[in-house]
Amino acid sequence: MTVFLIRRLLQTAGVLLAVSLVVFIGLYAVGNPAEILLPDDATEAERQAAILALGLDQPIWVQYGVFLKNALTGDLGTSFVYNTPSITLILQRFPATLELALSALFIAIVLGAPLGLYAGLHPGTRLDRTIVTGSILGFSLPNFWQGLMLILVFSIGLGWLPSSGRGATGTILGIETSFATWDGIRHLILPATNLALFKLALVIRLTRAQVRETMPLDFVKFARAKGISETRIVGVHVAKTIAAPIVTVIGMELGSVIAFAVITESIFAWPGMGKLIIDSINKLDRPVVAAYLLVITFMFIMINLIVDLLYTALDPRVRLGGKA
Amino acid sequence: MSALLEVRGLKTHFDTRAGMVKAVDGIDFTLDAGEVLGLVGESGSGKTVASFSILGLIDPPGRVVEGSIRFKGEELVGAPVARMRQLRGREIAMVFQDPMMTLTPVLRIETQMVETILAHEKVSKKAARDRAISVLARVGIPSPEDRIRAYPHQFSGGMRQRVAIAIALLHSPALILADEPTTALDVTIQGQIIAEMQKLVAETGTAMVWVSHDLAVVETIADTVAVMYAGRIVEHGPSAEVIGNPAHPYTEGLLNSIPSRTTPGQRLNQIPGMAPSVLHLPPGCPFAPRCRHAIPACATPPPVQYVGAGHMARCLAPLSREVAS
Repeated sequence: MTVFLIRRLLQTAGVLLAVSLVVFIGLYAVGNPAEILLPDDATEAERQAAILALGLDQPIWVQYGVFLKNALTGDLGTSFVYNTPSITLILQRFPATLELALSALFIAIVLGAPLGLYAGLHPGTRLDRTIVTGSILGFSLPNFWQGLMLILVFSIGLGWLPSSGRGATGTILGIETSFATWDGIRHLILPATNLALFKLALVIRLTRAQVRETMPLDFVKFARAKGISETRIVGVHVAKTIAAPIVTVIGMELGSVIAFAVITESIFAWPGMGKLIIDSINKLDRPVVAAYLLVITFMFIMINLIVDLLYTALDPRVRLGGKA
Repeated sequence: MSALLEVRGLKTHFDTRAGMVKAVDGIDFTLDAGEVLGLVGESGSGKTVASFSILGLIDPPGRVVEGSIRFKGEELVGAPVARMRQLRGREIAMVFQDPMMTLTPVLRIETQMVETILAHEKVSKKAARDRAISVLARVGIPSPEDRIRAYPHQFSGGMRQRVAIAIALLHSPALILADEPTTALDVTIQGQIIAEMQKLVAETGTAMVWVSHDLAVVETIADTVAVMYAGRIVEHGPSAEVIGNPAHPYTEGLLNSIPSRTTPGQRLNQIPGMAPSVLHLPPGCPFAPRCRHAIPACATPPPVQYVGAGHMARCLAPLSREVAS
């Protein structure tokens, strides 16, 4: 276990180094931030001053070296636009995105798992076919279109829910969150639903497939032969068997929900990381983009690690690190 | 005396896209308390389907279409689901073929045993656990109070089958259906398990249906033998009779293909051809195409003939005692 964790941390460092290199070279190749940051009527002297101030006159490897050295001390650069440390900017927006992502995933699991379970237990019935067809819609309708339709129907048409912003936030246990106020929750519903639809379809399909795969197995029949109730067979034997693969996929999805909340945040003007990164890309705010990508990479690695640990808890046959 | 289990004209069919598969097509047998019946046949002869029919565990598209299964005088065909659930595990238990597949991999042995007890009896968890440990000890699991905390994958195949047998014995059922419980095991373990089960059913007076394709195994454990072919019982009688003086050419063929019965160096006897698809059965004797004694009259349905006391063969021309090898 300890060996496993140490090895995983070393791997993490290696991955972060590789990603930082790719990100840095990629960003270097795209445009000149000085051109975008300076007003159109800036003089040549002002231009030179800006380039010097941003360190853009140095060759790429020097810039990368400086970036790495600072990164090791926890400084991922200062935003060209806001003139604040980029890591601070990202962490300020992180709670909003996390809140949105967790709500979306919550909706996906709470609705998706029971629907998938029902469909898997009653394949070929009318309700099963309805659920499966519905999940195809969840998969195939573009996310932005779904978002616009939600606004059209629930904000403009029915006027039930607000369509943009985060609303009032309060603090619960010292954490600033929308869950603290009714207004905040009202603002959360539409974007969370929008972000959840795709994942909902995924959870339904995955659960259904897993249930259908597990039900014909011998141990289910043996459990029946023992005379235990069908509820217990499905609720304990089958549920515990399919939990490990489902948790794995959902864990992975948490990362992607956070990283790709960009579209939903843009549509609903949700003040999260996704919106920050879109704005930063438009303004070529290199430090913010680089820091964002590194933070996301780090988050993915950590989620993977947690999923691996969870997997061992759920499936006794899996032992971490093998013989190591 | 009324029999423990009485199966009459049982037909279990599967309505598949390819047509009606008559997996079990009219079988009769009775079983007294404490009796061991060997149900023998090749793969696909319907022996497993027959035992699942008794438990009411035939999955769609299969169903028992006809016949009666009486257990302690109670009709099981068409019995309510709740009643069947009460009987399963408590009165009629089953041991499956592949011990690697029968235990739920993600649950501890303890969970799987305790739930079986609690499904039928209102006892405390502690009492259930103690009973589970004592039954594990009875089937020969060393240090059961530790091993009960283990997961199935931490046991070998033979040990897992012992656990499965222990689960079957938890409620001291009146009947155990053993579906080829030794087929998936090593030969040395096979012998142990057979001896173990023989001892256990003798101790508790449990009746058993031992399903197997291996006549040599059945010979050692069964009081009576029923040989199945293409969904029907073709020969049925006391095991010494059936195995010593087979009346049906199919039984003779099965016996001849046991390697230990052949002189070393001699070619192994085999039954030519393969078991017919139960989807397209010939109108007459289903074994006729593979039978070396077949005569033209075998193209009509074979009659049931008695060749000895309680020894029946479904054959037009049963082998006479002198001819039987």
